[in-house]
Amino acid sequence: MTIAIVQFGGSNCDQDVLHVLKDVVGLDARLVWYKEENLSGFEGVVIPGGFSYGDYLRAGAIAARTPIMESVKKLAAEGKPVLGICNGFQVLTESGLLAGALTTNMYPKFRCQPTCLRVESTETPFTSRFRKGEVVSIPIAHMEGNFYANEATLSQLENDDLVVFRYVDAEGHITDEVNPNGSQENIAGIVSTSRNVLGMMPHPERASEEILGSKDGLKVFQSMADCITGSA
Amino acid sequence: MRYEADVIIELKSGMLDPEGTTIKRALEHLGYTPESVKTSKKYTITLESKNIHDARENVEQMCQKLIANPIIHNYTITLREI
Repeated sequence: MTIAIVQFGGSNCDQDVLHVLKDVVGLDARLVWYKEENLSGFEGVVIPGGFSYGDYLRAGAIAARTPIMESVKKLAAEGKPVLGICNGFQVLTESGLLAGALTTNMYPKFRCQPTCLRVESTETPFTSRFRKGEVVSIPIAHMEGNFYANEATLSQLENDDLVVFRYVDAEGHITDEVNPNGSQENIAGIVSTSRNVLGMMPHPERASEEILGSKDGLKVFQSMADCITGSA
Repeated sequence: MRYEADVIIELKSGMLDPEGTTIKRALEHLGYTPESVKTSKKYTITLESKNIHDARENVEQMCQKLIANPIIHNYTITLREI
């Protein structure tokens, strides 16, 4: 019942995710250096935030094409939960595991701030502990989080209930003012059509303990734990 | 034969180009009146190949597999023998 946390050169949220999974949620988790390549035996994967390969070429582009990603794809195909946070989300879109692309923020600046998110779907291994429509506070920290997809992809995301989080105001309204990066339809997180791969720009591991100002992100990891231990 | 390829990666038309927009605004502050500013990236790749056809094929594959993201980019390749 171990979760792999994939470390690339430049990952920097790996220790935070490890701490939350092990010390707060109580799951077994292990850091896996990307050169290990083999993820058999793991029950789930987290690709943490950071700046893999210095964001050279495009954020996530080089990490997405490393051999370990073939193992991540294999686990995803087996139906195991795969979570990409921030740079991890960028890696997942670049690898083709998730639709769309993450481009430069509409106002091209690194934005690090709390955001309100509306939980759009609870039918995923990462959001089963939330209520549909619940507004939660989870911070972002990125410069390339502007979600873009063509019209056909956007309608598929909408029609198949694949949008999981949207940026909203405290009352849960979708407005341009609270969209921190210009993402289409205020999209902050999506799942794959198989629903077991989630990418999200906000950092749930930075909102998993009271001392951090919000515990809302903890439910993402607890939901994942429920899925893995079969207690959901 | 040795070849040098200039690969230019551009955002597809209609896509937001926040960097280009910021540069345009900065130029306007300096008194210029550009109609538009678009950013692109250029990569220069040198490679050995049997002929220019193979070289182009090879660079095409590099673009499709890594250098460009087909969801958001168009690319052009200019090749010359060196």
